[in-house]
Amino acid sequence: MIEVLRAGALTTVQDQGRPGWAHLGVPRSGALDPAALRLANRLVGNPEQAAGLEITLTGCVLRVTRAVTVALTGAPVDVYVEHPTRPGSTTGRPERDPVGPASARLGPASARLGPASARLGPASARPGPRAVAGDAEPPAGRIRRPGDVGRPLSLPAGAVLRIGPARVGVRTWLAVSGGIAVEPVLGSRSTDTLSGLGPPPLRDTDRLPLGAPTGPPAPVDLTVGPPVPAEVRLTVRPGPRRDWFTPEAVDLLCRAAYTVTPASNRVGARLAGAALPRAVAGELPSEGLVLGAVQVPPDGQPLVFLADHPTTGGYPVLGVVDDVTPLAQARPGTTVRFHGPQR
Amino acid sequence: MRIRPVGAHALLLDCDDAEQVEAWRAELWRRRAAGDLAAVDIVPAALTVLLDGVPDPETTAARIAGWHPRATAAGADAAEVRVPTVYDGADLPAVAEHWGVDVPTVVDRLRRTRFRVAFCGFAPGFAYLAGLPPELAVPRLATPRTRVPAGSVALAGPYAGIYPAASPGGWLLVGRTEMVLFDVHADPPARLTPGTPVRLVPAS
Repeated sequence: MIEVLRAGALTTVQDQGRPGWAHLGVPRSGALDPAALRLANRLVGNPEQAAGLEITLTGCVLRVTRAVTVALTGAPVDVYVEHPTRPGSTTGRPERDPVGPASARLGPASARLGPASARLGPASARPGPRAVAGDAEPPAGRIRRPGDVGRPLSLPAGAVLRIGPARVGVRTWLAVSGGIAVEPVLGSRSTDTLSGLGPPPLRDTDRLPLGAPTGPPAPVDLTVGPPVPAEVRLTVRPGPRRDWFTPEAVDLLCRAAYTVTPASNRVGARLAGAALPRAVAGELPSEGLVLGAVQVPPDGQPLVFLADHPTTGGYPVLGVVDDVTPLAQARPGTTVRFHGPQR
Repeated sequence: MRIRPVGAHALLLDCDDAEQVEAWRAELWRRRAAGDLAAVDIVPAALTVLLDGVPDPETTAARIAGWHPRATAAGADAAEVRVPTVYDGADLPAVAEHWGVDVPTVVDRLRRTRFRVAFCGFAPGFAYLAGLPPELAVPRLATPRTRVPAGSVALAGPYAGIYPAASPGGWLLVGRTEMVLFDVHADPPARLTPGTPVRLVPAS
């Protein structure tokens, strides 16, 4: 079981989504960066399809009721594991992991979980100025050790996991050994923020069931995710209604810089910038939509559809983005540039 | 019918009319079931059929161009669904005014119409029911209601529709049904799937 101590701004259960139901009006949903969640699952020994958590911007605080392995991927965040002092400790001091760049720690993961505090002293584990996830000192009788994004972390029963906020980017994925075992809906445990299918977004005091672990954690010290770039570049191909726009519209889309607006969410990244001129006025009858569709409403400002996009819609689609996953980490204000597949 | 590119993994069949959409929808579903076509989603809409999750769109487009959908009666592959409807919607007088008739005539036309699910969208299990003649099309409300109860039977444009769950909505309400239209434990989860013939029969 996972107990939600602080749910954060938006934390949802996500897996690889529910494709194949679009003809019934059911969005595909799923993690906004499916590969990042698959990696987190591999790190904890889960099948790639297992459900984890998608944590947005502000982070969250969770407690596990049994010993588990967890792994985080995606946006870099500060991570702390808080748990009771280990029984049998003779130093009288809490055991702590060394603090330092993860790359400096090259030993096997098990070696890093030993009583390293004897060498570095308790002060070294205090959160630094940017380590907001740590909040105050841990309560008496409990110790706190820092974790990392990109490697398996073992948590004893009763441990509290403090995650985030995101230092850069927007979203972090958490996999737990055994996976989040909420009831699947149409083959997926994903929260769909558009249609309301799947479990609702997490709230404080929620309790989430865990499945039985199926494999050992990956023998991996550290994986390094792609850095969150200051600027997002997207490959765009022709969409079905290119002829509803002037011939210059595609050039303009690829020449102008767009900015991610705060109205962006799991449904779509709404962009602001040069208005894309239409050649055909009037309304388009509703038609099927794909992930990555660049839809342009009458105001000319494009919207790139993400996982929770509607299955049909009535604004013309100028282009389709090959890979939308960089948008999962694009904060409002981020510059987005489009280019054709040839470059 | 014209085939349009939709990015790297999808195609859009742009049809001449709703009958052609239904014919292609039925043909493509049939061919996928027979293992003759690979596509994750085949989504009919007002005048198009989207194929999404297509491994090789270019080759697939060339093959589709050589196919001729069987000229079957619309909805021939699905059994008729009779939806028990209480005709007491708040917008019946507005529909009557648009149609230039009285309220009983509106109800009579609706219960006599043989509808067919043209496509789904807006919400899981929300079916766009075609069958009313185009001249009976009605506009949406200028200001949508913030909450339309589940089971509301409504009209917009040339379509009828039934809200599977409570939601905001701008369609003109003509009645309501207690039929469950979307149940994630049912197979298929939607009661009204594309191609299904539908009658809005008066509830007894």
